[in-house]
Amino acid sequence: MLADNMTAVEESIFPAGAQPVPNAIVSAVDVGVFYRENQQALSGVNLDFHAGRVGALIGPSGCGKSTFLRCLNRMNSEIPHCRITGRIEYHGKDIASPQQNLFDLRRSIGMVFQQPNPFRMSIYNNIALALHRHGMRSKNELDAAVEESLRAAALWDEVKGKLHGSAYALSGGQQQRLCIARTLALHPDVVLMDEPCSALDPIATRAIEDTIRAMAQRGICIVIVTHNMQQAARVSDTTAFFYLGEMVEAGPTQRIFDAPSDARLQDYISGRFG
Amino acid sequence: MIPKRSIERVGKLATGACAAVATVLVITLIFMVAQHGLATFTVDGISPSGFFFGTTWNPHQTDDAGSPLMGALPMIAGSFAVTLLSCLFVLPFAIGSAVFVVEIAPGFGRKVLQPVVELLVGIPSVVFGLIGLTVIVPWVRGWAGGTGYGVFSASLVLAVMVLPTVTSLAIDAIASVPDSYREGSYGLGCVRWQTIWNVVLRSAAPGLMTAVILGMTRAFGEALAVQMVIGNAAAMPMSLFTPATTLTSVLTMGMGNEAMGTVYNDALWSLALVLLLMSLAFILIVHLIARKGARSNG
Amino acid sequence: MADTVAAHIKKARTQDRIATGILIATAGVICALLAAIIIYILVSGASKVFDPAFLTGKPQQFQAGGGIGPELFNSFYLLLLTLIISTPLSLGAAVFLVEYAPDNVATRTVKTAIEVLSSLPSIVVGLFGFLFFVLTLGWGFSIISGALALTMFNIPILVRVIQQALEAVPSDQRDAGLALGLTRWETTVHILIPAAIPAVVTGIILSAGRVFGEAAALIYTAGQSAPVLDFSNFNLASMSCPWNIWRPAETLAVHIWKINSEGVVPDLTAVSNGTAAVLLLCVLAFNLLARFLGRRLSKKLAAE
Repeated sequence: MLADNMTAVEESIFPAGAQPVPNAIVSAVDVGVFYRENQQALSGVNLDFHAGRVGALIGPSGCGKSTFLRCLNRMNSEIPHCRITGRIEYHGKDIASPQQNLFDLRRSIGMVFQQPNPFRMSIYNNIALALHRHGMRSKNELDAAVEESLRAAALWDEVKGKLHGSAYALSGGQQQRLCIARTLALHPDVVLMDEPCSALDPIATRAIEDTIRAMAQRGICIVIVTHNMQQAARVSDTTAFFYLGEMVEAGPTQRIFDAPSDARLQDYISGRFG
Repeated sequence: MIPKRSIERVGKLATGACAAVATVLVITLIFMVAQHGLATFTVDGISPSGFFFGTTWNPHQTDDAGSPLMGALPMIAGSFAVTLLSCLFVLPFAIGSAVFVVEIAPGFGRKVLQPVVELLVGIPSVVFGLIGLTVIVPWVRGWAGGTGYGVFSASLVLAVMVLPTVTSLAIDAIASVPDSYREGSYGLGCVRWQTIWNVVLRSAAPGLMTAVILGMTRAFGEALAVQMVIGNAAAMPMSLFTPATTLTSVLTMGMGNEAMGTVYNDALWSLALVLLLMSLAFILIVHLIARKGARSNG
Repeated sequence: MADTVAAHIKKARTQDRIATGILIATAGVICALLAAIIIYILVSGASKVFDPAFLTGKPQQFQAGGGIGPELFNSFYLLLLTLIISTPLSLGAAVFLVEYAPDNVATRTVKTAIEVLSSLPSIVVGLFGFLFFVLTLGWGFSIISGALALTMFNIPILVRVIQQALEAVPSDQRDAGLALGLTRWETTVHILIPAAIPAVVTGIILSAGRVFGEAAALIYTAGQSAPVLDFSNFNLASMSCPWNIWRPAETLAVHIWKINSEGVVPDLTAVSNGTAAVLLLCVLAFNLLARFLGRRLSKKLAAE
């Protein structure tokens, strides 16, 4: 599951000088997040993410993993009084700069949420809505795009006969795959996933993990927040451990789980706290 | 394709404009009513103490000093009298049915009583006024003597009119008492009524007070229904069963009669200003209760 | 000791039973009250309600046999105009408050203004309409003055309803839309509002019922006179053209009040009761329509 040039990746992830690595798609440099009244949720996070790799963010509840994830597509800007410090670069450009179009950014960096949240519409319209709003008007193009994204999310065979039925008639796992398809339809090169399987049963979880691996193989950079260490071990190439608002340790997944350096990470992995 | 930034900007502007229109209308209203209402004192030279504490309202007559008899106390007293009395009538019924809906029979309450209350809200005020005129006034005349018009009849009509408002707010207040309070009381061995009386009602008190104040707001501001049954005699409400007057009924009848700009007309606007200020005062009281309630309930 | 405890428990239980009885009686009284009101109005007005001459005839000043034809039309026309003006305004203001409103003084002013508007007595709104639309703008007693006064009356009701409907849509729907690169406007228009439609429609129809029965705001804006209407007249400047918004227009509710305060029409009681019955039937119809449509739309939304 791990790539051959793992050493190069490992060395490039946490450069001591906090300079973003050129071949990383997304780089976070000294990122901090402050909520209303200067309540600090996150501080000093340095992480890189690469194309075709799955990066997992693990750690106990409330330690900032999801907060960090939401910085990457600027979803935290929607929260009033939320302040983000540091710099996040996407393809080398600062995502907070006025030159970066917020809406284009979110097309290229997609997000899948913890609870499946399909729109109250047909399966077809769930995928077609964003495409339509982004300018795709021809019915043929839309049909093709819907099929392509449903195939990419491994959902096509199950729903091809009921594309115009309600999305709410699907099971939880199918709804989550629909949400993935909806995001993939916009051809993002980064997909952020915030505990996508925590509301699903093991079989649906397995299907989503297969989809994640397929997306990575197609070159998409995936950042996944997960509570489930086994899932992180199964699915990810690199893992970062968050604790109380700090990114404590990060590296190749195998090394993190086999030979963690930080004591807190050791305790977390051995289950001393959750 | 229109760039997204423009879409967002246009959306923000368009909706902001709608909000601005509503705000500007309210500000204009307050400004214009205040301007005409204050003219009585600033332009026409009527003394405020004579206005607020004088008991004779006869603008076309002048007193010995030559200024018109514009004592607004009968109207102010009348408005307060019908408001307070109607809320006194309403209180047991509103709280009783609210307790019934939340504590005793939620199913029946939701399916029957709440639609009933909603329907009562929808009945136009003139219809209540008409029923007051054709049913209540003759009935009151029957056992209390006199004409049947007066504060009592008006309060009865107003009570039925504000009942739905107070009841639905009371239901909200009682329903928002956390179940853990009730469970704690039952856990100590109390029966249902003790729980309701000692725990639920006490904890819902701020919400219930808000419900009553909002009912009073509606009662204070009701015009037509009151005007039809109060008798419209500009005298202090000495008895519950003699014709009296309120701010709203004087305005309803008088505004069309006097030419704009005359001192008589300006006096009516002063009454309107009093009405406006009372409504604002009621809102303020509700806010204060809410803030105090939030502090004590944590 | 055990005796006093037992006696206390017995007393508590008796209290509980009495209290429960009183509460049931209270609820019963309210239901009976509503039934009595509706039955009384409908029965006393029954003779006129089904009389076409009453429903289409002209009102009489001094003679018996007056009808409510123009008033009936005026009520509906005013309602239509009010909804056309107030719905987009309220929708915009509600969307602004839910989606865009920054946490600053301007927003608090808007919220306070709408709250003030909702507690204002409708007579004060009517008097402002008189002062501003009828006199200052010089429109005189007219449909447009009445419609704008009713709009001011209706805005706080609609804004609250639409705001609640939008806030009831789960926030993850909004998050999903934003994460796909949609603007807040697009998310609101294409995702939130469609999901909130049943509640919004119900709210609009219920507000229509309130507007239909409103009189205090109209006495000094739309006026108390009902010019004879000629439905074949399409000259919008003419006083007898029904669609002319510059003409005075007495509505059903105002009519009830007017003939009772003047007290000169001989068959006053019959006309009042008949008008009240028609008014009540229309309001009840709005109420039923709101419920029915709301349920149908909810089901359609869930099933589609």
